[in-house]
Amino acid sequence: MNESLIELSRLQFAATALYHFLFVPLTLGMTFLLVIMESTYVLTGKTIYKDMVKFWGKLFGINFALGVTTGITMEFQFGTNWAYYSHYVGDIFGAPLAIEGLMAFFMESTFIGLFFFGWDRLSKMQHLTITILTAIGSNLSALWILIANGWMQDPVGAEFSFTTMRMEMSSFWDVLFNPTAQAKFVHTVSAGYVTGSLFILGISSWYLLKGRDVEFARRSFRIAAAFGFAASLSVIVLGDESGYAVTESQQSKMAAIEAMWETEPAPAGFNLFAIPDDQAETNYAEIRIPYVLGLIATRGVSKEIPGIKEIREHNKTRIASGILAVKALERLRKDGNDLEAKTVFDAHKADLGYGLLVKKYVADVAQATPEMIAQAAHDTVPKVAPLFYSFRLMVLLAFSFAVLFTLSFWYSIKGTFTEKKWLLRWALWFIPMPWIAAELGWFVAEYGRQPWSIFGVLPTSLSASTLSVNSLYGSLAGFVGFYTILLMAEMYLMFKFARLGPSSLGTGRYHFEREAVAA
Amino acid sequence: MFDYETLKLIWWLLVGVLLLGFAIMDGHDMGVGTLLPFVGKSDLERRVVINTVGPHWDGNQVWFITGGGAIFAAWPLVYATAFSGFYWAMLAVLWALFFRPVGFDYRSKIANPTWRSTWDWGLFVGGSVPPLIFGVAFGNLLQGVPFHFDDNLVSYYTGSFWALLNPFALLAGVVSSSMITFHGANYLMHRTEGPIFERTRKWSIVSGLVMVTTFVLAGVFIGSLPGYVITSAVDPNALPNPLAKTVSIVQGAWLNNFKTMPALWLLPGLGILGGLGGVALAASRKTLLAFVASSLTMAGVIGTAGVALFPFVMPSSTDPNSSLTVWDSVSSHLTLGIMLWAAIIFVPIIVVYTSWCYKVMAGKVTEKFIEAHDKAAY
Repeated sequence: MNESLIELSRLQFAATALYHFLFVPLTLGMTFLLVIMESTYVLTGKTIYKDMVKFWGKLFGINFALGVTTGITMEFQFGTNWAYYSHYVGDIFGAPLAIEGLMAFFMESTFIGLFFFGWDRLSKMQHLTITILTAIGSNLSALWILIANGWMQDPVGAEFSFTTMRMEMSSFWDVLFNPTAQAKFVHTVSAGYVTGSLFILGISSWYLLKGRDVEFARRSFRIAAAFGFAASLSVIVLGDESGYAVTESQQSKMAAIEAMWETEPAPAGFNLFAIPDDQAETNYAEIRIPYVLGLIATRGVSKEIPGIKEIREHNKTRIASGILAVKALERLRKDGNDLEAKTVFDAHKADLGYGLLVKKYVADVAQATPEMIAQAAHDTVPKVAPLFYSFRLMVLLAFSFAVLFTLSFWYSIKGTFTEKKWLLRWALWFIPMPWIAAELGWFVAEYGRQPWSIFGVLPTSLSASTLSVNSLYGSLAGFVGFYTILLMAEMYLMFKFARLGPSSLGTGRYHFEREAVAA
Repeated sequence: MFDYETLKLIWWLLVGVLLLGFAIMDGHDMGVGTLLPFVGKSDLERRVVINTVGPHWDGNQVWFITGGGAIFAAWPLVYATAFSGFYWAMLAVLWALFFRPVGFDYRSKIANPTWRSTWDWGLFVGGSVPPLIFGVAFGNLLQGVPFHFDDNLVSYYTGSFWALLNPFALLAGVVSSSMITFHGANYLMHRTEGPIFERTRKWSIVSGLVMVTTFVLAGVFIGSLPGYVITSAVDPNALPNPLAKTVSIVQGAWLNNFKTMPALWLLPGLGILGGLGGVALAASRKTLLAFVASSLTMAGVIGTAGVALFPFVMPSSTDPNSSLTVWDSVSSHLTLGIMLWAAIIFVPIIVVYTSWCYKVMAGKVTEKFIEAHDKAAY
């Protein structure tokens, strides 16, 4: 398949997915923050909490609209641009997507309407229930999407069928309770909670710095600080859990993230910093902490973690075995009763995906030269430097969130946070950071899985639709154009209403309205 | 619990049910979007029109998303082949849909008239383009689509975007467009009063009549169109492999199912009678019944197309043997079974809470209401 077609399809998917995830984390986090605020309203009966739900809900709505818009792209795109992928794994991958619609997205989207429009028509308890259901819906939605993504990372509960020429589900429970998926889910939603908390914390800080709507901002700050404190700790703990799952299922990703070229005796050291060189397969300026990687990745001191060179060397054997599987499969496709081919296929089918890797270099895998096999084996570990740096930046940000929220929470308990200008400024300027961390996280997860679209099963280079390169240029340009305009409209409204603050509700109780009355 | 053949059939029906759910639910707010620039003359009137669907369009759109997901899960080859083959048509649908969430949510947040009228036309595009394209797509399915598979089941589409816009397909596009407009108009009448109601009533009558006329015309054409017939033996319980059968093209074959099972004529009958009945009910201002009638019409029209094609889902014009059918383009036995349970459990729950939401928001949307909720309403 045409290489620039693959590259463009990947670029389009990466661009639209990363763009979609600009809106998702805020939805995941803010729905629960709205639940907390509204529960406080129901319990205390204080109108200010209702105003908080309505105002933060307004900002939430501006964000949510683009989350919905860009989410449809994701569902279309497997079919439009990754047709062979959709055929090859649709039997497993399609199910969580469809169940996501039925169980979660329907609930979230139906009740969000009543969240905005039902205030006058529902009792307090009914409206709170609606808000809770919206929050549960959005988080369940993330669960099913991450079950699907978790399966791409760690394809359990499925088997290849040569008659239908695709992967088929063998155990729904294995797909559902895939440890990789579960670890990803909790890590991702906690990241969303951090994003939502920091968003409210930062904007509230701005009001406090300006001395506007102080009561409103103080209460919002406190709720965000408490929720964010818990979330920022769990994102680290659960991220670590994700790391453990990666070691189990994707050694190549772990080795690349750690820039670990050689297999080390257990327990391996952790590179706090290094300048990895992909050409020379070595690192410069390493700062190493002994034992730590071994502890994180294996939860022990005795298990060895393989290095990049060893993984590549080992995968040469898997590719050689996979080539036999591909050749046997070709015979089985012509005659399903060819028993000899069936025996060969069964002996090598665990390596089928590795055989398919060679198709990037030669259509008939039997013609693969040792150089091609070496190149394909080299591909099985992605480029190290981008992963190494992205991962470290993400982790650094995660720890800085934990520090920020710990301090915010501490001073909000002491009741002195409004005096700590440095803290308020920090919170304000840190608003974009959770997004950067989340995007880096997805980059590590997806780029780190290359060259596979389904790890060990289907190479990315075989997954795309057979479209023309010009179609891709056209659609990519269209997406970039549409998304730029939409983002401009979104940011414009977001800034406008954040600046306006609760005065935008038209209750007459807040800063700009009082000013207008006074004048 | 069910054997493979039964599950394959059930999923054919279920995809139809989801399509119909999409047409009834998302269809009415798309119809309202289509009518928006024409029945709302002032900004206030347009806000009334928008707020009749304001609390509901988002949930309704999930019928579409779930339909797509269900086709992915139950008919992965159809999802893969249709979405990649109809690449530009699908992108046009997608990009038109982009205007809806932002159109609804952003439009009234700023009072600038240019801003608002831009989003009004955005909502028009988001409401009118998808039904038109779906109709055109069905028109092309009925004529066969130029695609084939290689030995590894990689699909190749060999047609162009412009070839999709042939006379029969465009006629099908008009059927679909007018059907959705008709349905949206009946809903909008039910939720409005005064001048908006009167304008909408005219649109309902006209679009209903256009729908019935073009539907009958399409039916006349279809008798002379080449249809598809499986000529090899079919084992409905076999593992799905679309390359294992032979198919030939026979003039008028799309009527075969109606000939062997005359009871199926009830479906086009429902399409026509529902349409005419809906027009009469709209004319006599029985809005809720008109909405029910246009829902039944859609069941008739969609059912007619599905039954005519059966067992085909996506016939191939350039390599008929590659055609996709309900027997050979489906998921595994296990996946179909699991997905059936998911549908049995969740679809009724969805219907219940959606109905409750409509009940909560029931009643006419008035200009007075918009003025009183200037900051909160769309």
